[in-house]
Amino acid sequence: MRPMNSIIKEVRSEAPLVRTFRLDKQLDPAPGQYVMVWIRGVDEVPMSFSSPDTITVQSVGEATRALFNLGAGSSIGLRGPFGNGFVLRGKNILLVGGGVGTAPLAFLGEQARGAGINVTSLVGFCSSQDIIFQDRFEALGDLVITTDDGCVGIKGHVAEGLKEFDLTEFSQIYLCGPEVMMWDIISRTREHAGKIQACISRYFKCATGVCGSCCLDPEGVRVCVEGPVFMADSLIESEFGRYKRGPDGSKGQCRG
Amino acid sequence: MLSLTVHAGGLTLRNPVMLAAGILGTTGASLRRAALAGAGGVVTKSLGSVPREGHPGPTIVQVDCGLLNAMGLPNPSYKKFQEEIDIAKTGGVPVVASIFGSSAEEFAGIARGLDADAFELNLSCPHAEKYGSELGRYPDLVEAVTGAVKAAANAPVWVKLTPNTADIVELGLAAQRGGADAVVAINTLKAMAIDIETGYPILGNRFGGLSGPAIKPVAVRSVYDLALRLDIPVIGVGGVTSWEDAVEMIMAGASAVQVGTALKKGYGIFEEISLGLARYLERKSMTLEDIRGMAGRH
Repeated sequence: MRPMNSIIKEVRSEAPLVRTFRLDKQLDPAPGQYVMVWIRGVDEVPMSFSSPDTITVQSVGEATRALFNLGAGSSIGLRGPFGNGFVLRGKNILLVGGGVGTAPLAFLGEQARGAGINVTSLVGFCSSQDIIFQDRFEALGDLVITTDDGCVGIKGHVAEGLKEFDLTEFSQIYLCGPEVMMWDIISRTREHAGKIQACISRYFKCATGVCGSCCLDPEGVRVCVEGPVFMADSLIESEFGRYKRGPDGSKGQCRG
Repeated sequence: MLSLTVHAGGLTLRNPVMLAAGILGTTGASLRRAALAGAGGVVTKSLGSVPREGHPGPTIVQVDCGLLNAMGLPNPSYKKFQEEIDIAKTGGVPVVASIFGSSAEEFAGIARGLDADAFELNLSCPHAEKYGSELGRYPDLVEAVTGAVKAAANAPVWVKLTPNTADIVELGLAAQRGGADAVVAINTLKAMAIDIETGYPILGNRFGGLSGPAIKPVAVRSVYDLALRLDIPVIGVGGVTSWEDAVEMIMAGASAVQVGTALKKGYGIFEEISLGLARYLERKSMTLEDIRGMAGRH
């Protein structure tokens, strides 16, 4: 599709480098799906939905900085929603998120609550000022927060919060966050990998499954159309958590 | 079942349906997946001498009957790509390395540094400054680059031609004079799309190349003209989406076809096309040889 024009209706600051943009288009996305956001004259980048009509963005590069310069009334181009989102399974689910990766999980949790599913959340941030969507997660059910510096909740990485839970109780676990954090969780909970849905990121260019820039080794899985949500057991033997390719296709670290 | 094996341009292909350059060719894993899914051969993403990140987005626009793209030749450089080619080879079909440069010397240097089953010279990308069709639209440069790579490479050399020219046959003849083992036709047609809400060109690079069903009739005509005039094989590419398209391309004179944009439908496209081709030949009691260039004999 050609990019469709969308007016930004509202911009909300969630944390020092995180903002939520409310769009005038109802794209009917599933949580975990993404949209290609065209900041005209700059670049086009993939963004996850944080609710049916919002994207929540962390400023990390040229395109997101340019997006942060846009206020209510500005327009952007949109292609999507694309990819396979999360699928709700069972009646008792756990959301595990880190940083801005909590955005699609808040969206998923609200959809799950609406369907009468019991929702528990474990979310981690660097420090108190980085916490986003605390009210949304509190409204869903039990919530455990971790911060790297310990100013709120449990001190340490998200995985530190795992000991608060008996994972066998959950019908499905939903995971999104920085790759090192997700890999940390998956590698500590391998016996549950068959019920963990992980929303991952790779470098997307075409978002239509033809250019190959997002393919995962060793099977050549196209994250942009076959993901970005995968069952964690299918990631264990893959490049995920080990390396990721950059814009030129060469392998680099999978941090961030 | 009837054999679809073809010998073309110095390669033996188990079937004539190949993966085109620039599509799912950034990693050895995706190339191997295409091979395992039934491709008769695979072509890598174009490789240059230094890493390139490509153009800013949008890099692709869906238009009526096709895709408009300006990826901008992103690649990690040929030096980092041998390991991907080696992985691709485990798929069991020929792996053709697509290469690009801004001079005959640069092309030759890359060909010397890579071990591939064949080379496909990208003298036709329509949207990268100093590369592709900026050289490939001049017959004397096509001949010089082809000659230099032939002298440097110890594998067959194919030359991918641009349709953005008054006479593609002139370019094909130049490749043949340079010693090419085959020509590949066509690359994308130079094209553009504009966002009417704001007047911005949609592609980050402003213009790009059109592929898909929209360009198939142009590709068929190019293959037809080339096959009538050249002594070396012609590989047909441009909008091949179904087995019927493959038959048409072969009747125009193609020895094999390459599939690109149609991969949007998934990796199953290779088996779908070669199976349809085999059934067609059985129904007609003909071979690939019988139908190749049929249009030129009527």
